[in-house]
Amino acid sequence: MLLAAFTWTEFAQQLTAGIRQGAVFAGLALALVIIYRSTRAINFAQGEMATFTTFICWSLMNHGLSFWAAFPIVLVIAFTGGVAIERTIIRPVENGPVITIVIVTLGLALLLNGLMSVIWGGGSRPFDGPFSTRTIDVGGVPISVQDIGIVVVSFVLVGLLALFFRFTKLGLGLRAAALNRDSSELVGVRVGWMLAFGWGLAAVLGAVSGMMVAPILFLDPNMMQTILLYAFAAAVLGGLDSPVGAVVGGLLLGLAITLLGRYVGFVGDVLKLPAALLLILLVLLVKPNGLFGRVTVRRV
Amino acid sequence: MTALLQLDRVEARYGPVKALHGISLEVAEGELVAVLGANGAGKTTTLRAVSGTVRRTGDVIFRGAKLPRRPDAAARAGIAHVPEGRGTFSELSVWENLRLGAYTRRGGVKEDAQRVFGYFPRLEERKGQQAGTLSGGEQQMLALGRAMMARPKLVLLDEPSLGLAPMLVTEIFQRLERMRTDEGIAVLVVEQNANLALAHAAHAYVLEVGKVVVSGPSDELRANESVRRSYLGY
Repeated sequence: MLLAAFTWTEFAQQLTAGIRQGAVFAGLALALVIIYRSTRAINFAQGEMATFTTFICWSLMNHGLSFWAAFPIVLVIAFTGGVAIERTIIRPVENGPVITIVIVTLGLALLLNGLMSVIWGGGSRPFDGPFSTRTIDVGGVPISVQDIGIVVVSFVLVGLLALFFRFTKLGLGLRAAALNRDSSELVGVRVGWMLAFGWGLAAVLGAVSGMMVAPILFLDPNMMQTILLYAFAAAVLGGLDSPVGAVVGGLLLGLAITLLGRYVGFVGDVLKLPAALLLILLVLLVKPNGLFGRVTVRRV
Repeated sequence: MTALLQLDRVEARYGPVKALHGISLEVAEGELVAVLGANGAGKTTTLRAVSGTVRRTGDVIFRGAKLPRRPDAAARAGIAHVPEGRGTFSELSVWENLRLGAYTRRGGVKEDAQRVFGYFPRLEERKGQQAGTLSGGEQQMLALGRAMMARPKLVLLDEPSLGLAPMLVTEIFQRLERMRTDEGIAVLVVEQNANLALAHAAHAYVLEVGKVVVSGPSDELRANESVRRSYLGY
């Protein structure tokens, strides 16, 4: 049979699982978009940066801190680390060709991956997340607390970022610096620092994604690699330079792979990724810039 | 009146190509000064040398102090540069563009915006609109409005008449006059239309291949037959 048996309760559960996955993709895709907009390159180290900070969280918890005590510390470390990476590693190649920047981020990914193995050892280990895995009853549908928690944390973070970009001066400066470097300098925006700040924000988003998925996937240096692939796909689907697109693309992708995997028999677990990529290919055939890609309106 | 801005033998280059060969000029407080000359004479580069957006040597002295050549130094010192192509952010809204104008300082954004809307009522009507969808004239107004938001002492203005209908150009220059008299903002304007610029400027400098060849009060330049014919082309 091509289609699996269907009940509404199970459909609701699958929907929640899809949104939970989508929320994680969305966060990481947003991180990619923020860096893409300012640096014009895909940050291939995004996954490793996220895993690295998750390991830091693990270490802090190992030293007796609770998750929620470690959480803000990790965010601060992630932000500082992101800024430091931009200032030291990316800045020298900032004005170079995009391919140079991409190669540098690939190198950074390898470096961080190796560092993690050296510091924490390879192999996967359990990570005690902040949310319990028991289920609660939501309108007759049992839904895990963890799923709800992940969705809430991801969306609170995305919402805060949206407010920050829209309503603060610093947020406006960040957007301006990403749009037009020269004009930003003429109004006094310190463009170099804005780029670094963007990397800091991206690192924070990645850190949150990492800490959210670690309890499900188990923590190991390669933990985020598959997720990063999905996040790329989500970002491209939404339009690489659109933050809104990243979030919508992430959610759509999460839902698509979960539902396809469950209900379309031959897709199953194995063909999830190809199925998702095919879907994206179809969307891009119709909208080459992605769902929310920039279409500039200009009158001369 | 003391000089607000003073350029002392300023040279500038793009890579190996020297664009300015030692320019010296002065702008007094609240004065409108025009920089004239043919294409490629170094007019735009002169403005860019002031705002530090081109590699330069020689001194740029603003309000009695040397201006450091950091990209955001000019903006922070009180110089608003409206570059070629107006430098507005076409993807951002009119309001966001104005907010960016006030980027270097805190507070007073709403009050200043009201003042700008007094000059350019059209901008208030189009507050929420993407700047890229404005007409050419409105974009020039936005560029000037954004410059005003910085509460500058000096505005550097590159070819305000470019691509605009003559009536709009006259309107723009009238607004510049008002900015000068009401707000005490000095203007250093680069302009192809020499006749128009001389009509509004107190002083003018005529450039030729990166050097000042003639300078003086606008009236004198206008009255001088040979200057007019050799350099101003009318």
